[in-house]
Amino acid sequence: MEWDWQFVIESLPTLWQGVVVTIQATALGSVLALTVGLFLAIMCRSPNWFISQCSKWFIEFVRGTPLLVQLYFLFYILPDVGILLSPLVAGVIGLGLHYGTYTAEVYRAGIDNIPKGQWEAAKAVNLTKSQTWKEIIIPQAIPPMIPALANYIIAMFKETPLLSAITVLELMNQARSLSNFHYRYLEPMTMVGVFFLLISIPSVIFLRRLEQRYARPHH
Amino acid sequence: MAQPIIDIQSITKRFGDLTVLDNLSFQVQPGEKLALIGPSGSGKTTILRILMTLETLTSGHILIEGEQLWHMEKGGELVDADEAHLHKMREKIGMVFQHFNLFPHKTVLENITLAPRLTLGVPAREAEQRAMELLDMVGLADKKDDKPASLSGGQKQRVAIARALALEPKIMLFDEVTSALDPELVDEVLSVMRQLGEETDMTMLLVTHEMGFARDFADRVLFFDHGHIIESGPPEQIFTNPEEERTQSFLRKVLSAGKRKAEKQAAVL
Ligand SMILES: Nc1ncnc2c1ncn2[C@@H]1O[C@H](COP(=O)(O)OP(=O)(O)OP(=O)(O)O)[C@@H](O)[C@H]1O
Ligand SMILES: [Mg+2]
Repeated sequence: MEWDWQFVIESLPTLWQGVVVTIQATALGSVLALTVGLFLAIMCRSPNWFISQCSKWFIEFVRGTPLLVQLYFLFYILPDVGILLSPLVAGVIGLGLHYGTYTAEVYRAGIDNIPKGQWEAAKAVNLTKSQTWKEIIIPQAIPPMIPALANYIIAMFKETPLLSAITVLELMNQARSLSNFHYRYLEPMTMVGVFFLLISIPSVIFLRRLEQRYARPHH
Repeated sequence: MAQPIIDIQSITKRFGDLTVLDNLSFQVQPGEKLALIGPSGSGKTTILRILMTLETLTSGHILIEGEQLWHMEKGGELVDADEAHLHKMREKIGMVFQHFNLFPHKTVLENITLAPRLTLGVPAREAEQRAMELLDMVGLADKKDDKPASLSGGQKQRVAIARALALEPKIMLFDEVTSALDPELVDEVLSVMRQLGEETDMTMLLVTHEMGFARDFADRVLFFDHGHIIESGPPEQIFTNPEEERTQSFLRKVLSAGKRKAEKQAAVL
């Protein structure tokens, strides 16, 4: 099989559309995962037994099932109960919830690392619970978590091709339709691989930097 | 006598099977400087922590200026205090910890202004002005923009004192505030406390192993053992003429330990 540069060039506009959707899905999925994870971590610590147990079960449930199955539920089964989501929205929710259960664990560990004395000092100066979270706990807990959170975002990025299963026109899906149409897999799939490498490798280097920078807390 | 500012009424505190405070009662008068002394594990810290609402009561009642601390009235009955009630009661009380517990991600100035701004709604400008006055008082005005990590232990503790004072509590609790410090840094903290004692009419409760300081500073000393008050009185009486055998043997032990420590230091020098 010969490498066909002409085909590569003709494919670029279509693949580019896929790249844009892949990046959108990763960006939106990350925001959702980082937010969902924080709320899950806080809810797991709730003094209310019902809230903390529900959050813990939710985490176990989501982690215990494959992302692909979750995506099928969100996109093909929720419409049966009247919830219609566009492919991208379903995909972002799937990624966000799934990875949210992992970031929740990172947040939990980071929050547990804050010394008890910080909570007590906050109480002694009469901060409310929400002020304590916002001013004292979260600002100290986040920096050491950044490498682990970034790691999950990179992992999520590499899983976005799963969204092609629910018809999201991300990079993988575009590449596959090109391949199917022209009966050539070599160029589109190579380009997909190269694209993921081009993003992953700098991300990993960036991650190492983050780890060095935040390996030690600032005190 | 005036209404006591703190009225502790038969409180008991258990951790599991361990009874730390056993049906304990005592009162503190407004403006009084009270030193709590006693062997390790006798429950001194626990008393302060209960007053600061960091630890719950097992049973009993505490009145602060005549108002229930851990309870509140609801439909003519006393029920456990809710968070809103505790929040209101905490306004009267401040605490300085053995290990400072400064907020490491905030500057010295922010450590002091944070709570007045958030809990009392003091405007930022005003909070900073007040914080600078307090930093002047503790001799650290030049450190206002530093992070706590760059301070010595003695400086950290002086910032912690300023942080607590910024909320203008009526009652200040000091839990062994010098025992995590290198010996040469103890005096700078004690002198700030001495100044506070002289210049304010705040009620101060301090737990300390610095017997010399307790003696100079306190109006009254309580000697604890196993969650009971063994003896209470003015410092001259407790330190020179204790009535109880347990007080005598405790003082003999700490005074000779203190002497040994001083001799060791002298030998090093
Ligand atoms: N959270 C806790 N859980 C279980 N036991 C505790 C807890 N806090 C304190 N204790 C126990 O309660 C007892 C009294 O502790 P406390 O800290 O009040 O003593 P203390 O008089 O301050 O002693 P020290 O002079 O060593 O500081 C100790 O036996 C301690 O081990
Ligand atoms: Mg103690």
